[in-house]
Amino acid sequence: MQEPFPSSAPPIVDIRRVTRQFGNKTALDDLSLSVPRGGVFGLIGGNGAGKTTLIKHILGMLKAQSGTVRVFGLDPVQNPVGTLGRIGYLSEDRDLPNWMRVGELMRYTQAFFPNWDDAYSEELRQAFDLDGQARIKNLSRGQRARAGLLIALAHRPELLVLDEPSSGLDPVVRRDILGAIIRTIADEGRTVLFSSHLLDEVERVADRVAIIHQGRILLTAPMDEIKDTHRRITLRFGQSLDNPPSLVGTLSFAGQGAEWTYICSGESSQLRRAAEAIGATVVGDDAMTLDEIFVSRISN
Amino acid sequence: MQIHISPNDGVPIYQQIVNQIKYLVASGRLAAGEELPAIRVLAERLIVNPNTVARAYRELETAGIVEKRRTAGTYVSDQGSPLARRERLKILTERIDLLLAEARHMDIAIEDVAKLVQQRHSTMQTIRNEE
Repeated sequence: MQEPFPSSAPPIVDIRRVTRQFGNKTALDDLSLSVPRGGVFGLIGGNGAGKTTLIKHILGMLKAQSGTVRVFGLDPVQNPVGTLGRIGYLSEDRDLPNWMRVGELMRYTQAFFPNWDDAYSEELRQAFDLDGQARIKNLSRGQRARAGLLIALAHRPELLVLDEPSSGLDPVVRRDILGAIIRTIADEGRTVLFSSHLLDEVERVADRVAIIHQGRILLTAPMDEIKDTHRRITLRFGQSLDNPPSLVGTLSFAGQGAEWTYICSGESSQLRRAAEAIGATVVGDDAMTLDEIFVSRISN
Repeated sequence: MQIHISPNDGVPIYQQIVNQIKYLVASGRLAAGEELPAIRVLAERLIVNPNTVARAYRELETAGIVEKRRTAGTYVSDQGSPLARRERLKILTERIDLLLAEARHMDIAIEDVAKLVQQRHSTMQTIRNEE
């Protein structure tokens, strides 16, 4: 946590020029992405953008048709033992063996992970209010997510991968999941990669973000940088205009008459200077939420 | 220490933490010498990235509002109080700027705004006296 970010260590996940097709549909299109060690990496994108396909490549559940995937410097398909044992994973559909009891699930999962921490798993079970005797199939949706989270965390993985962890859950369970993400990285050197379409959550917990759209990475940068370099600038011109002049870094604009609002990428001072140069008065200059930034990037 | 994060107003989260701690110090709800929660503890409580809290604490330290002590831990600095008035005025200035902008949009002259402020002050005084 005290480490400068991004750390100088080699990336924990390194994806180079990966393409994946399902039939004639391209799910990943010559995609490259590097996830630095330490911190929380948020992967955001709409439905069908390629988030889950990308995560399945990282877990070695899909083999790259072209390009390379390296996790801890290893190919997860060639070396599942060296990679999967160090990854905690919670999938969106949280498929757990329905016939097991919670206690059985814990013992069963333990067998796969040499680093399983018994005391920690028991602590999590109590914190999550899970009954060891309860059958998985009888758990509520929220308790099921907590059970999935427990087995993802209890071996203290170097890399925690969460695919849409909050989808369909109530605020209390979502808070548990986000709390677990924060505790995970507060322990030195650990990394969380999570995908989500709840962008206010991503904005709270992620250090770094990648926007994925149609199988490509549109933008990847530290969260602070993304926030600092996207502004909503409203300009007033001397006269009514049918089409406002363009401003450097404009992603989109809307308005009418003499007042037009631009969504721009650039720093505030630089955009203000550019606005003055085209003879406009700045009447509004606001920061944008990640949600707004995402929408403007996707629709561009 | 009560802090509320709202991710929907566009203000960066570290800035929201900075502003609210400044406000708590300025209003006396955080006294000089009082210890702030550890970064990790506050991060878990607010559900925000620990680096965000660390950045907010750094900014507050640079501004002289808080100081780190040898035994790891962040405390409201003793200079907190002389700064407080300036900070209080700064917070008010921001509110006044918003008010003035609004007045201009509604085409209300500054004299009328001043009169209205005076009037509201009298009204509130009366209400307070009646209580």
